[in-house]
Amino acid sequence: MTNQPLTPNPHPPAFPIPWEDEQTVTRRNFMSFVLLLSTTLLASTGLLGLVNWFQRRSTAQFTPALIATVNDVPIASAKLFSYPTAHDPCLLIRLAENQFVAYSQKCTHLSCPVIYQAQKNEFFCPCHAGRFAVDDGRVLGGPPQRPLPRILLNVKGHEVWATGVHV
Amino acid sequence: MTMEFFVDPSRCIGCQACFHACAECESHRGLSMIHLDFVDRSSSPQTTPTVCMHCEDPTCAKVCPADAIKQTAEGIVQSALKPRCIGCSNCVLSCPFGVPRYLPAQDQMMKCDMCYDRTSVGLAPMCATVCPSGALYYGPRETIEKSRRETPINSFTFGRRVVKTKVNMMVGNGAEELDIDVASFMLGIRGWQEKGSGI
Repeated sequence: MTNQPLTPNPHPPAFPIPWEDEQTVTRRNFMSFVLLLSTTLLASTGLLGLVNWFQRRSTAQFTPALIATVNDVPIASAKLFSYPTAHDPCLLIRLAENQFVAYSQKCTHLSCPVIYQAQKNEFFCPCHAGRFAVDDGRVLGGPPQRPLPRILLNVKGHEVWATGVHV
Repeated sequence: MTMEFFVDPSRCIGCQACFHACAECESHRGLSMIHLDFVDRSSSPQTTPTVCMHCEDPTCAKVCPADAIKQTAEGIVQSALKPRCIGCSNCVLSCPFGVPRYLPAQDQMMKCDMCYDRTSVGLAPMCATVCPSGALYYGPRETIEKSRRETPINSFTFGRRVVKTKVNMMVGNGAEELDIDVASFMLGIRGWQEKGSGI
């Protein structure tokens, strides 16, 4: 018993010990890597979509917030505010005496802040020249594919309240 | 003509020429990667040069958790790769021949690589070029078999584990493999210590 040699270890080594094996990528290994990577990408995309969907559902109930008084915003000018959280910059535009609109300031392309251009009556994103209509936030030009999220407003007397976000 | 490395501890005179020549090897950068060990310091001044035996199935590389020890196509087991070595000393503890050394200053295991920069281009390792007594010899097997009484072996038995090496050990009595009974040796040491060594 003592002098009998050990049987070879049935477990494969964790790492390749020969130097040349480390440099070699077998077709099976390459295909496994590609498959794993593509599966991970696919799964993470679905997961991100799911997380986003849940987040939207959970924030569907917005808390109304006083964002300005009527006198704060002259006609054809903009006022910056944050809604629904302090990390969501938005622009309140006074189009006429009693006509207000508000949109998220984040460009739907790559989240650069958009600028209100009263002369052209549109929003302009200086990063990649994206343009949005002030009337409804739709895309007028540039790389953005989705309209600006619209902030729902409620004007009570002299106070302008934000009551929700319409994506 | 195939060149091989042969170690004959019985010829070692303890001059340390191999130890210092090792540090002269260009790729070793002033560090000696071999050591000179006393066989039994209390009873004899006999020394033996300890170079890496370059196991065919290197235990040091198998126990490395950081994938830091590699074996070349020629069978040379290299020092731990600096970016990978985590300084755990697993290799130091596992080597059946006691070859690897962990160097705390550079946090890396360094060991004899048989002067890979030299042997890969047909030159002898530095230690073998300076050994005055032929305890370290690098050359064709036929030459050493003709000129020595001892026979070269490269199979060692540790308990039930058989270790085959690239480097050959010269042994007498026509042995074909060396059975190293570490457990009995350790028991002997313990018995000797229990009897009282005077230390």
